[in-house]
Amino acid sequence: MQNRNSTAARRASGRRHPLASVALILIGLLTTGGAYALLSTTASAESSSDSSAAITEGQKLFAANCATCHGVNAAGTAEGPSLYGVGSASVDFQMGTGRMPLAFQGPQGAQKPPQFTQTQIDAVAAYIASLAPGPAVPDEKWLDGSGDAAAGLELFRINCAMCHNIAGAGGALTEGKYAPALQGVEAKYIYEAMVTGPQNMPVFSDLNLTPQDKANIISYLKFQQENASGVGGVDLGGLGPVAEGLFIWIFGLGAIVGVTIWITARPN
Amino acid sequence: MTTAESTATKSGVKAAGGSKFTSAAASYLDERTAISGITKELGRKIFPDHWTFMLGEVAIYSLIAILLSGTFLTLFFDPTMTEVHYDGSYVPFKGVEMSAAYSSTLNISFDIRGGLLMRQVHHWAALLFVAAIGLHMLRVFFNGAFRKPRELNWVIGFVLFILAMGEGFTGYSLPDDLLSGNGLRIIDGMVKGIPLVGTWVSYLLFGGEFPGGVIVPRLYSLHILLLPAILVAALGLHLLLMVINKHTQYGGPGRTNDNVVGVPVMPNFAAKAGGFFFVVFGVIVLISTFFTINPIWNYGPYDPAPISAGTQPDWYIGFLDGALRLVPPGWEVVLWNHTYSFNILAPMIIIGIFILLVLLYPFIEIWVTGDKREHHIADRPRNAPVRTAIGAAGVSFYAVLWAAGGSDVIATHFHLTIEAVTHTLQALLILAPIIAFWITKRVCISLQKKDREVALHGYESGRMVRLPGGQYHEVHQPLDDYERWRLVDYHDYKPLMIRPGADGKIKFSQRLRAVVSRWFFEDRISPATPKELEQGGHH
Ligand code: HEC
Ligand code: HEC
Ligand code: HEM
Repeated sequence: MQNRNSTAARRASGRRHPLASVALILIGLLTTGGAYALLSTTASAESSSDSSAAITEGQKLFAANCATCHGVNAAGTAEGPSLYGVGSASVDFQMGTGRMPLAFQGPQGAQKPPQFTQTQIDAVAAYIASLAPGPAVPDEKWLDGSGDAAAGLELFRINCAMCHNIAGAGGALTEGKYAPALQGVEAKYIYEAMVTGPQNMPVFSDLNLTPQDKANIISYLKFQQENASGVGGVDLGGLGPVAEGLFIWIFGLGAIVGVTIWITARPN
Repeated sequence: MTTAESTATKSGVKAAGGSKFTSAAASYLDERTAISGITKELGRKIFPDHWTFMLGEVAIYSLIAILLSGTFLTLFFDPTMTEVHYDGSYVPFKGVEMSAAYSSTLNISFDIRGGLLMRQVHHWAALLFVAAIGLHMLRVFFNGAFRKPRELNWVIGFVLFILAMGEGFTGYSLPDDLLSGNGLRIIDGMVKGIPLVGTWVSYLLFGGEFPGGVIVPRLYSLHILLLPAILVAALGLHLLLMVINKHTQYGGPGRTNDNVVGVPVMPNFAAKAGGFFFVVFGVIVLISTFFTINPIWNYGPYDPAPISAGTQPDWYIGFLDGALRLVPPGWEVVLWNHTYSFNILAPMIIIGIFILLVLLYPFIEIWVTGDKREHHIADRPRNAPVRTAIGAAGVSFYAVLWAAGGSDVIATHFHLTIEAVTHTLQALLILAPIIAFWITKRVCISLQKKDREVALHGYESGRMVRLPGGQYHEVHQPLDDYERWRLVDYHDYKPLMIRPGADGKIKFSQRLRAVVSRWFFEDRISPATPKELEQGGHH
């Protein structure tokens, strides 16, 4: 599904501004602070997506914020892909995690604090969904983390770990792209990421991973974050041996060398 | 604190009169084992009081922590690959099929009191052990403490380093989790990359097609039996040779090639060292209490299908992984229907040569300098500029490979592209050692020049004096004898001269040796001679 013509757009925008990395770091820092405050107030999806008032409101917001890149009718331009058939799930994910509106052209659109309220996001999502059918925002019942974590771990290992790291710590892809860390990502966005396949992530359709499979993956990720990290103490970012090695050299051996200097020091 | 200065001579010490029982027990033991001679010798052993001399001890103490915690682990670890259904308290694995090795490691972590702490002590101590050996080795290298009569001990020490890496790798593979399985898969690939025998050796190792069902028990025998036995034996030999050869020491008045100045082991040093043991142990246990290491429950049981992003080995294996990661693409060659994987062979050969060079360095230097005398005074690194520079080049070569082992983490954390990181490191692998060599040598030589200046003319005091004739002159403060000794007490090597052999010919090896020797010593700065010192004082 979702045969995105965005690859062409991405390729056309392969250049990277020299300050891009600086900006990325800044954005990363800002996101951590901002995202939590805003995301924690998720409105319930009760504002019915069919309501034509919402659609009109969404269309206005779209024209003001998104049309420059995605075209007035969301049919796509050289700057951004067509949004026909991406569904409300994609809009909710992209706007809710602050990826859209895209801040600048880079190897990968980064997350930043979302610029819109959930009601506004729902309105735009309703507008895009009204253009052509596509994956909808997931039902709450898949998101409560009550699935089978053991099955979820197995699915995660097979389908996601090669990009996101086995502990969900994130990983490098080619040409400056990266799979982000999954710690602290809301259940809704995990589901939406799987059904829409943002940017370089593949789409996991319902034929590929059933909604129950997706719920299991979410349950595993939630279990892992809430219970498994921190069992043995501070987990050093879940980065594994690289972090452990740096830690023992700097703090372990560092502390001990400090003591040796102290022991052999002569009073002056 | 006073530094009891005494020289290591063989004067006897009268046994202190203890209680009746202890002296009776002591003489009982002594009559049967002659142990008093040994304790006397050890007790009188002199230990130099500079912090760099304690790094080896750090290694020994972490080894003790490893042995103790490892013994605890053997009580609960099941080294087999029998398939079991997990039935412990970690919810996401309920009923999951896994090997008994992985399941028992989970049990150690979650269901055995103190088990997780012991696992973490064992693993953190292992990292510290190898790190301490590494730093200790650098100390020995840069002080020239590997020179005669200690060449053999350098070799034994380096073998210990390799054994420790072997212990670490085999241990890391035991829990049979996803990361350790990925590591074994890489070893499997490397073995299979060896021409002709590779595939058969791999079959032999894994008892058939990878991963098979026998590798964990086999690694287990290596890990808890064979390697520790060799390691402890080699360590014993290492320490014995150290006692026989005595420590090197930094130069200074009263410190000569024939004595060792410092504190005798008994009682002061033993007390300090005993305390230090608890410090090292305490640091290890504190780290293990507060910081996770190898959270195998995050990784899941080994299964050849899934691969995780950011799979790395422990730090001491990282340079090998890095070497593999830096190989440019397309190095497989197909010849007569056989694929030759130079992407694997080249790093193996290069690392093999590197290891051999480090192992044999003392003999290489002896060959170059032609120096057959004994050395007990540690060189200040600046006084051996080329050796120090070679060391710096070696360290940077290793460091680049090491960094390459974490190239993906570098890329994501500094928002760089993985290609840029890889290409930069590829260039650095060749450039960094050259640059490091050159800079280090220059720095050493300038430091030597400055020492010479100071030894001859004293320190600049910053006090300007106007002479009767109207000239200005800065007063230089002369050094005291201790300081001056430190600055001028080193050997002035000269490049070897080529001499024709008995048959009047100059052999090629002679020429080569002369060339290397000239390269070693051409830019040397001679220490200030007593005559110069005498003149230098007044001018
Ligand atoms: C600066 C240009 C730009 C702006 C402004 C912008 N977008 Fe995008 N958008 C892009 C590009 C480029 C992509 C393709 C990203 C990719 O896949 O690499 C994209 C992708 C998307 C997608 C994902 C499409 C898919 O295939 O799933 C959605 C949904 C989206 N945009 C919605 C919006 C909305 C809603 C707004 C306004 C709030 C917006 N965008 C503003 C450039 C832009
Ligand atoms: C080919 C590599 C790849 C695979 C496989 C993959 N992802 Fe992703 N994933 C990505 C990339 C790249 C992004 C970043 C997309 C973006 O920024 O728009 C991403 C983003 C995400 C996000 C959003 C994170 C955030 O911070 O907002 C979630 C959640 C996610 N992935 C979950 C999964 C799950 C669950 C799976 C397995 C079913 C999976 N991914 C498989 C590459 C991958
Ligand atoms: C220099 C010596 C040694 C080093 C460097 C070393 C290193 C390691 C490492 C890194 C692991 C993996 C631990 C983990 O799960 O995170 C391990 C596991 C293990 N080691 Fe050692 N080890 C050494 C000596 C020993 C000795 C002497 C014993 C036995 C007396 C031992 C027993 C074990 C056991 C039983 C395991 C598997 C249990 C587990 O993984 O939790 N080790 N070792």
